Amino acid sequence: MANIMIRKSEKGYVFYMPKRDIEDSIVSMEFDTPGKWGGEIKLGNGGAYFIEPQVAPERLPYSVRARRIDGVE
Amino acid sequence: MAALTREETQALVQEVLEVYPEKAKKDRAKHLMINDKELESSKKCITSNRKSLPGVMTMRGCAYAGSKGVVWGPIKDIISISHGPIGCGQYARAGRRNYYVGTSGIDSFCEMNFTSDFQEKDIVFGGDKKLAKLINEIEGLFPLNKGISIQSECPVGLIGDDIEAVAKKAAKELNKPVVPVRCEGFRGVSQSLGHHIANDSVRDWIISNRDGQAFEKTPYDVAILGDYNVGGDAWASRILLEEMGLRVVAQWSGDGTLAEMENTPFVKLNLLHCYRSMNYISRHMEEKYGIPWLEYNFFGPTKIKASLRKIASLFDESIQAGAERVIEKYTPMMDAVIAKYKPRLQGKKVMLYVGGLRPRHVVGAYEDLGMEVVGAGYEFAHNDDYDRTIKEMGDATLIYDDVTGFEFEEFVKAMKPDLIGSGIKEKYVFHKMGVPFRQLHSWDYSGPYHGCDGFAIFAKDMDLTLNNPCWNMMQAPWQEKPAKSLLKDPLLKAA
Repeated sequence: MANIMIRKSEKGYVFYMPKRDIEDSIVSMEFDTPGKWGGEIKLGNGGAYFIEPQVAPERLPYSVRARRIDGVE
Repeated sequence: MAALTREETQALVQEVLEVYPEKAKKDRAKHLMINDKELESSKKCITSNRKSLPGVMTMRGCAYAGSKGVVWGPIKDIISISHGPIGCGQYARAGRRNYYVGTSGIDSFCEMNFTSDFQEKDIVFGGDKKLAKLINEIEGLFPLNKGISIQSECPVGLIGDDIEAVAKKAAKELNKPVVPVRCEGFRGVSQSLGHHIANDSVRDWIISNRDGQAFEKTPYDVAILGDYNVGGDAWASRILLEEMGLRVVAQWSGDGTLAEMENTPFVKLNLLHCYRSMNYISRHMEEKYGIPWLEYNFFGPTKIKASLRKIASLFDESIQAGAERVIEKYTPMMDAVIAKYKPRLQGKKVMLYVGGLRPRHVVGAYEDLGMEVVGAGYEFAHNDDYDRTIKEMGDATLIYDDVTGFEFEEFVKAMKPDLIGSGIKEKYVFHKMGVPFRQLHSWDYSGPYHGCDGFAIFAKDMDLTLNNPCWNMMQAPWQEKPAKSLLKDPLLKAA
């Protein structure tokens, strides 16, 4: 589990992990509705993380705990 | 056009790597790339922010250097204690020329060295008591300080001193912020982690101090982040912003004060110059206070104009008109600079190797002068920096991460740049090789280089270095080819 920060850019969500200083675009997010938000996220560099599905944050950027599923150092 | 073709550069990299043992060769190959502008991400082409190979000459610093030297040091009314043996503080004292307005030793303390001067007994019995005593002594001798930061050197972490406890107790007694910073030199692979630790300590101990307090806001409040006022850089940037109608509330951290930092959460926009060393706090303020941040670049007219317009686009028409007015005012001055120096610098090739930002930021300034950057590299950049660099640099140019002394020299021998921009550790090696050199960490004791006024100085300095007649006199009189006579130097004749 690691803390990540999700931001919004012109191109969509951006993933940032302060601990490792990894910044990348989020290609896909499993759930992206106001009521259910999160799930499996796929990154531009091929990595995948899991955010416990939850109510969408009121404001971005938003820090959240995420579990690494695959890839990314 | 690059100095070499893609194939030639590839061959050069292979040739240089040849001397390393197998394992080292494999590792170093990952840190060298040939630029391809098509690439979106640098991820697959270059590895960065990794531990340097044992046995090679690296030019990196340590976490303490990143925290004390870069982020905390320039804040003028905070006393930064170098907690540990005396050397780290003394040999890094005032080296970065972070200019400030104030009276040294009365209300400003950047140039002074405060240290706990660890001795053997402090290592054996712990240095906490000494630290507490030192803080009291500082308070007695320099009562106008606004706060104290404790910058840990390696032994503090090794022996496990509890500087946090000392800091908390002292802060209560003095009623001032006393910030413990766990920036022991052994942490991380380079000074980059020191920046991060320093940002985190600012976040934890400083930034929320004035939450909920009254502050007279205007819609045009901005803060300059990541400008350390090397040779007056932040001042040269600040006047442009103020002239276009913005109100600069804080300077982080060159010529900055504690009060400015505490007021930063009230601003409308954070302007980020050094992305590498202050993106962390910008991100935090974006999340906690909803302050957007914007990277800008004040090196060279092209980038200055683009940045001013980009900044103005986030404000109303009056600021946008202000930006155009500023551009109009300074364009004739910058055109005159280009008209004067471009003919003398046109077509010259430059190689750069600096910290974590400048290799990509100064490319525009060199291009404005008709020069070309054929190689660039960073000491401690991360992947996001290389992503940004790929777009700035020309195709097939060489990019090197944490370059070793050997590699850098070999690249210079093969690519024969007309000018090298790097730091003090590299300067004399290249002087002895007869290559013009400018320090791009401290502007070679010149500056400022930011902003419109800075560009004039930048251009003049590059000309003075590159076209200095001494480079034609590198051969001793008894060697075969006689050195060119001064009078025959076409440049001198032209002048």
